Amino acid sequence: MKVEVRDGAGRHRGGEPPVSERRSADQPPRRSSAFRNRLANWDLKSTPYLMVLPFFALFAVFGLYPLAYTFWVSLHDWHLINGDQGWVGFDNYTELFTDENFWNALFNTFSLFVLSTVPQLLIALGLAALLNSRLRARTFFRAGVLVPNVVTVVAVGLVFAQIFGRDFGIVNWLLSLVGIGTGEDGPINWQADRWASHLAIAVIVTWRWTGYNALIYLAAIQSIPADIYEAAKVDGASPWRTFWSVTVPMIRPTVIFTAIVSTIGGLQLFAEPLLFDATNSLTTGTGGSDRQFQTLTMYLYEKGFTLFDSGYASAVAWVLFLIVVVMALINLGLTRRLVSGK
Amino acid sequence: MTSLTTPVAPPAAPTNRRRTTPGLRRPGPLSYLILAAVLLASFFPMYWSFVVASSDNSVIGEATPPLVPGGHLVENIQRVFDSSEFALALQNSLIVSTSVAFGNVLFASLAGFAFAKLRFKGRNALLVTVIATMMVPTQLGIIPLYMLVGELGWSAKLQAVILPALVSAFSVFWMRQAVEENVPTELIDAARADGCSLLRVYWHVVVPAIRPAAAVLAVFMFMGAWNDFFWPLVVLGPENPTVPVALSTLASGYFTDYSLMLAGATLATVPVLVIFGLLAKQIVGGIMQGAVKG
Repeated sequence: MKVEVRDGAGRHRGGEPPVSERRSADQPPRRSSAFRNRLANWDLKSTPYLMVLPFFALFAVFGLYPLAYTFWVSLHDWHLINGDQGWVGFDNYTELFTDENFWNALFNTFSLFVLSTVPQLLIALGLAALLNSRLRARTFFRAGVLVPNVVTVVAVGLVFAQIFGRDFGIVNWLLSLVGIGTGEDGPINWQADRWASHLAIAVIVTWRWTGYNALIYLAAIQSIPADIYEAAKVDGASPWRTFWSVTVPMIRPTVIFTAIVSTIGGLQLFAEPLLFDATNSLTTGTGGSDRQFQTLTMYLYEKGFTLFDSGYASAVAWVLFLIVVVMALINLGLTRRLVSGK
Repeated sequence: MTSLTTPVAPPAAPTNRRRTTPGLRRPGPLSYLILAAVLLASFFPMYWSFVVASSDNSVIGEATPPLVPGGHLVENIQRVFDSSEFALALQNSLIVSTSVAFGNVLFASLAGFAFAKLRFKGRNALLVTVIATMMVPTQLGIIPLYMLVGELGWSAKLQAVILPALVSAFSVFWMRQAVEENVPTELIDAARADGCSLLRVYWHVVVPAIRPAAAVLAVFMFMGAWNDFFWPLVVLGPENPTVPVALSTLASGYFTDYSLMLAGATLATVPVLVIFGLLAKQIVGGIMQGAVKG
């Protein structure tokens, strides 16, 4: 590599083949050297900025600007196609706080978030503990638990919608084997019932993300120095006790990290609930016939892109944004305290 | 971050040491049983999708669900291509995912090099900004983004999906780490002393050294772009869809045609699973390495 580079520079310098390395260091022509120095200085000073520029430019245009502009749009009566219909101040927000559908979506968002995040992270911890042993075919198991995470979410939504189908779903078939849902009320209607649908969607989200989080925990667990475990062993701590009093506190930063990432993702849940009852609410985004599992992101989609009320949808987006930020911070504090233990 | 300074190339020695650590249990049969159950749960939905995709719709309505594939796979796949823009969607997804993977690797490795090895004013502040953007739910800016793209005349065009995804904080962070661990500072200094411009240093010294990490990043980004749904759904629509969007149109029909839907789901999943199968080891390694550093 080095040689190649040097040749190129040499050719530039003299136009003649480089005789030796020392020659160029000895007697470079003065003026061109000063010029080259200035060029090199300029290169050293400005090229780093040019290198980081694409990231910041693209992020500013397609990430930050739209997010900030959302607030501006939310202060207007704004139609998606016809554009600005006039300034309304905070009217969209005051309307939002008396909007039953908004509160419904807010409730659903939190319900789904809690139902999916808490079990997901706990199972992931357990799974990581299992994977952290002298397993045969380690790579196979590790890759296996990650499979759900790489499958297209829309495909996942469709498959699970079928699995949780009322009449021909495999879950109800299994339940019927143990006598659940065979009575007068008939099988569980996973799509129509609020709690059943929340449970089912939480299962989908948990299915998708548990393995991924388990691998992250596993990596953190493996970086814990072995002598700490030996000390625990000497103290006569049981494996269970060791796990909760040594392992978990030691991987605290990782637990906090996963908790925050799942908060940010979990509060913006969209594809799984949207596809859960595709025949009834895919095109409308209402989340079931009775809005029983409509999340805030779906409500944003419904208002903004099926009813074209951009101003109102932007107010939803901005409120959700604030919720995400606040929840991430609360979660940071909470996990910090919980994990550090007694 | 300082706890693990091992290079990206999986070190044989620490692994061996770990194997002989007395702290690590040999798993009992119960562990294998639980793990087998987890794997079964992980794979079953895809298997089930395949079973339904290869069956006649009437089979699904029977009292006992079918557990073995039927003989209608080709026919159902044919119906997928007939009833949606699936061929176009596959092509679109391939273009979008490849571009996104390429863009992320290029821009993130440039920025990663600068952040890892170069000194310039405001570097730390900029780096903190990059990390902070990871926490910003940019998805919520979707309405102005839609307007912006409309004004640019990109509605229903692929660049509307590609450009916003070309960079990500995660990629920059990832590449910075890769450069830090794989490119010796002395090598950069030597190249610079020989009169190499920074771009030449990037191309001749940095790029060859970070190739493995760049490949893993490319796979992550490819799969992420392949699976992305909300924004493509909104901006592309059913006429010029990506795979997930086309898939969702299969489901929005008047009555539920499970064989058709899940034939589509199977088709959409196979490419990602093939990539995953080929590179599983690297992908798992990548996630675990990223986790320790992050």
